[in-house]
Amino acid sequence: MGKKILLEHIDKPEIKGIEGYIKYGGYRSIEKALKKMTPDEITEEVKKSGLRGRGGAGFPTGMKWSFLFKGSDKPRYLLCNADESEPGTFKDRLIMEKIPHLLVEGMIASSYALGVRTAYIYIRGEYMYILRILEQAIAEAYAKGYLGEKILGSDYSLDLYVHPGGGAYICGEETALIESLEGKRGNPRIKPPFPAVAGLWGCPTIVNNVETIAKVPFIINEGGETYSKIGIGASTGTKLISACGNINKPGVYEIELGLPVEEFIYSDEYCGGIKGGKQLKAVVPGGSSVPILPQRLVTKTAAGTPRLMSYESLAEGGFQTGSMLGSGGFIVFDEDQCVVRNTWNFSRFYHHESCGQCSPCREGTGWMEKILHRLEHGHGHMEDIDLLWDVQRKVEGNTICPFGDASAWPVAAAIRHFRDEFEWHVLNPEECTRRNYGMGVAAAEPELV
Amino acid sequence: MTATNNIAFSPERMAEVQAIIKRYPEGRQKSAILPILHMAQHDFGGWLSQDVMDHVADLLDIKPIEVYEVATFYTMFHLRPVGKKVLEVCRTGPCMLVGSDNIVQYLEKKLEIKDGDTTPDGMFTIKTVECLGACGYAPMMQVGEKYHEFLTPEKLDRLLDEFRKDA
Amino acid sequence: MAKVTIDNVTVEVPDGTTILNAARAIGENVPPAMCYYSKLKGSGGKCRVCLVKVTKSSEANPRGMPKLVASCCTTVADGMVVENVTSPEVIEARKGIVELLLINHPLDCPVCDQAGECHLQDLSYEHGAATTRYDFERRTFEKIDIGPYIQLHMNRCILCYRCVYTADQLTDGRVHGVINRGDHAEISTYISNIIDNDFSGNVIDVCPVGALTDRTFRFKSRVWFTKPMDAHCDCDKCSGKVTLWLQGEEVLRVTGRKDQYGEVDEFICNTCRFERKKKSDWVIEGPRRIGTHSVISQNHLPYELNVVNPQIAQPQ
Repeated sequence: MGKKILLEHIDKPEIKGIEGYIKYGGYRSIEKALKKMTPDEITEEVKKSGLRGRGGAGFPTGMKWSFLFKGSDKPRYLLCNADESEPGTFKDRLIMEKIPHLLVEGMIASSYALGVRTAYIYIRGEYMYILRILEQAIAEAYAKGYLGEKILGSDYSLDLYVHPGGGAYICGEETALIESLEGKRGNPRIKPPFPAVAGLWGCPTIVNNVETIAKVPFIINEGGETYSKIGIGASTGTKLISACGNINKPGVYEIELGLPVEEFIYSDEYCGGIKGGKQLKAVVPGGSSVPILPQRLVTKTAAGTPRLMSYESLAEGGFQTGSMLGSGGFIVFDEDQCVVRNTWNFSRFYHHESCGQCSPCREGTGWMEKILHRLEHGHGHMEDIDLLWDVQRKVEGNTICPFGDASAWPVAAAIRHFRDEFEWHVLNPEECTRRNYGMGVAAAEPELV
Repeated sequence: MTATNNIAFSPERMAEVQAIIKRYPEGRQKSAILPILHMAQHDFGGWLSQDVMDHVADLLDIKPIEVYEVATFYTMFHLRPVGKKVLEVCRTGPCMLVGSDNIVQYLEKKLEIKDGDTTPDGMFTIKTVECLGACGYAPMMQVGEKYHEFLTPEKLDRLLDEFRKDA
Repeated sequence: MAKVTIDNVTVEVPDGTTILNAARAIGENVPPAMCYYSKLKGSGGKCRVCLVKVTKSSEANPRGMPKLVASCCTTVADGMVVENVTSPEVIEARKGIVELLLINHPLDCPVCDQAGECHLQDLSYEHGAATTRYDFERRTFEKIDIGPYIQLHMNRCILCYRCVYTADQLTDGRVHGVINRGDHAEISTYISNIIDNDFSGNVIDVCPVGALTDRTFRFKSRVWFTKPMDAHCDCDKCSGKVTLWLQGEEVLRVTGRKDQYGEVDEFICNTCRFERKKKSDWVIEGPRRIGTHSVISQNHLPYELNVVNPQIAQPQ
C-alpha cells in the first residue's frame, strides 16, 4: 500500500463539507502559511518538494512559480486548470467532486505564496454539477474566514471564483484557457510572452492543474523535503492515475511514483488485471496524446528492465520504444481491440477539437482522420500508410501550441508499433469491417430490449 | 442595440448576471460571456438564437459578432433548436473500447432518428460528443447537467422512460 | 541594437525587431508571410509558412531553439543565428505547410480575380509540389456578398485573420469575424450583416488570397491585362494615394499602393476605392513600378529576371 497524500480520506462522505474536511486535518496549511511562513518560503518548499505539473507536461511547479513576474504593480493571477478533457483522464473530477475543499485550500495557500488577490478555477463546462459543488465549498470557506478580506486575521485577502468553460478541449492549453477566461474563442496565444509575464488581461499569471494545486497543502504541512522522499528520483510524490479501458477495476488510484506498471495493471489493489481473462494488447499510459505502447513494451522497457510508473521510466527509449506519463490517463486495450479503429477514433477527436487557428493543425488533423477512416472502413491503400506518416510529421512541431504534437504522436506511434495491423486492413478490406486483426470477435448488432 | 422579440432575463436571473459580471475587474465584463451564455441557453429554450445572442451582447456591452464568435467555438452551445432532452453520448476512445458505438446505435434504433437529429415530438436529440471525463465509468452520456454512467440497453430504456415522465 | 545572422548574412536591427523584419531589412531570402501584416497589430503566427530554424538563440545562450519558430512573431536577440533557405528542415516544413494550406483550397485560379497577384499562388509555385496527394472531397461554402462592394469566397480563405484585424483596428463597428471551429471555421458575419463602413474595402487589399474580392472589378479583366498607375486625389477621408488599374482609358479597379510584400502603404477609403472610377477623378503620377516576380512583367523584363539556371535565360 503506497503513501496517500490526496485520497487518504476519500471514503469518508463527510469530507465533502467543510466541517468534515477540517475534522480530518483540513485547512491546517492556511494557518501555518499565513501565520508562520512568508510567500517566498512556501515557493521554496514547493521547489524542494520536486513537485511537477500534473496536467501532463510535468514541468517543475516551483520553477514555474519563480518565473512569475513581480516587477510591476499589475495584479497577479492564479488560475486553476480544471478543464480536464484529455481522453482517458478523469482524476481531477474525483478531487473536486469528493474533496472540493482540498482544491480550495490549495488555491488559498498557492495564491498567498504568489501574492495573488484574485484567483479563478476554470472548470470545463460539462462539469457544471461539479462547479456547483465547488461554489458551495467556496461559500463555506468564505463563511469560515478562509477566503475574503483579512483571512484569519492576517493582512492577506483573497477572492476565489469558479469559471465554466463551454466545451473545448483546447482550453486545457494554458494560453487558450486564459483567452477563454477573457471571454474569447479558445485560440492559444503565441509564446513568448509566457503567462508568468503577461497572462490574464496582460497581467502576470500562473496556471496550475487541479492535482498540482491539491498537493500544496501537504507540502506546506509536512515540508517539501518530506514530499520529495516519496516517489522515485525526479518523479517525486504521488500521482493520481485514472485507469480505464478493458480492465477489471477502472477508476482513479493514487500511486506512489515508481510503482511497477505490471503491478499497477495486474494487482487487485489497482486495475485488477484484464477484463474477462483476456490478454493485454497495448496501453496508452498518459492520456490519448501520448504514444501507445505495445504489450511487449508495457511492463518492460526495450532494455529489459521493469517499466515503472514514473516520468522517466515511461519515457525510457524515447518515442521509439517509450511513451509518457502525461496526465495519468491510463487506457488499457485487450486482445480484441483494433488499433486502427482506436487511432481513427483519437484522430477524430483531435479533428473535432482543433481550434483552427494555425494551418498545419487545422488542415492536418482533418486529413489524418479521413485517411484513418478510409483504412478502418476497408477502402485504404498501402500508400495511405506512408501518406499518413508523412502528414503527421508535417503537423508535429509546426503549430502554435502543443495540440499539433498531441494529434500527431498517437498516429505516429500506432504506425510505428502496429504497422502490420494497418497493412492487414488494406489487404483484407471486407474482413476488417467485421473483425479485428489477429484475434477478436465480430461486432455484435445491438438488440432492442 | 436593444433586445428584440422580448428576449430578456427575469429580474432574479438578471441579478445573477450582474453578480457574475462583478467577478471580473472593471472593463473586463466580456469575461462573463461563457457563464451568461450557459444561463441564456438554459432560460431561453435550450438553444441560442440570434436574438438571444444579441441580448447577451447588449448585457455585456460588446459587439454581437463577438458573441457569435464565441458561441460557435464552444460545442456546448446549440445554435439550432434541440429536443427537451439532449442525449450527449460520449464516443471517444475509452468509451468506444467498452461499447459506446453500441449505445449510440441502440438509441438511434430505439428513437428512430440519427445522431444529431431530434425526434418528431421534440422530446429527444441525440448528440455524440467527445470525451466528457468519465472514461472509467463508460459507456456514458450526459443529459442536462447529470452524468449517466455504465450504460446498458436496459439502463437506457429505464432512463428514457424517466426523461419522458420528467418532461 | 541586436546583431542577427540570417542565412549567413549579418544585420544590425533595433531590439524588439522580429526575425522576419530583420530578414526584410536584409532584403534577400525573406521568409514568406501569409498572415503577418506589419500594419495590423496582433497579426501573424497563424499560417506557419514563415517558420525558420534558430541555431543559436543569442550571444548569452548559444543553444538553438528546439522547434522551428514563426519568424514573424519571434524577436531577435543579440548574436542570434537563423537559418531560412539554408536549412533543409525549414524548406521541408514549409513545403508541408503549403501542401496543407492547399488541400482544401479550390485551386480555381482560372476563374479567380486574385490570380496573378495571389500570395498563395506565389507560395505554392515557390515551395509547393506540382501535384496533390489529397484525394478527399474539399470543404465548400456558399459565396456571400458582404454588402454591395465585397464578395466573400470562403472556399479560398486560409484564415489568416487579417481582415478581422483590419475591421477591428480601422473601423469602429466590426460586424464580421471568425465563427465555428477547426477546419469548419469560417469568416462570416454570422447572419449576412452588411459591412457598412468607410474603410471596409481595405479587407480586400489585406486578403492574401481571393477570398475577399472587389465586386466592382469582378470578372472585368485579368490582373495581367491591366496597367497599374500611381495616382492621387484630394480626399477628405483618406490620403487619396492609390493605385489605379487601367485598361485603355478605363479605370477598372482602385487599390491601395502595395509594397513588395503585398502590404499597402496607406489604407484608403471606400469612396476612393469604389466610387472614383473615372480617370478624370484622379491626378496620375505615372506608371507603378512592377516587381519582376509579378505576372504582369512576364515576357517584358527577361534580362532583369533573377533566373537560377542562366542557360535558359540567355537569348539565342
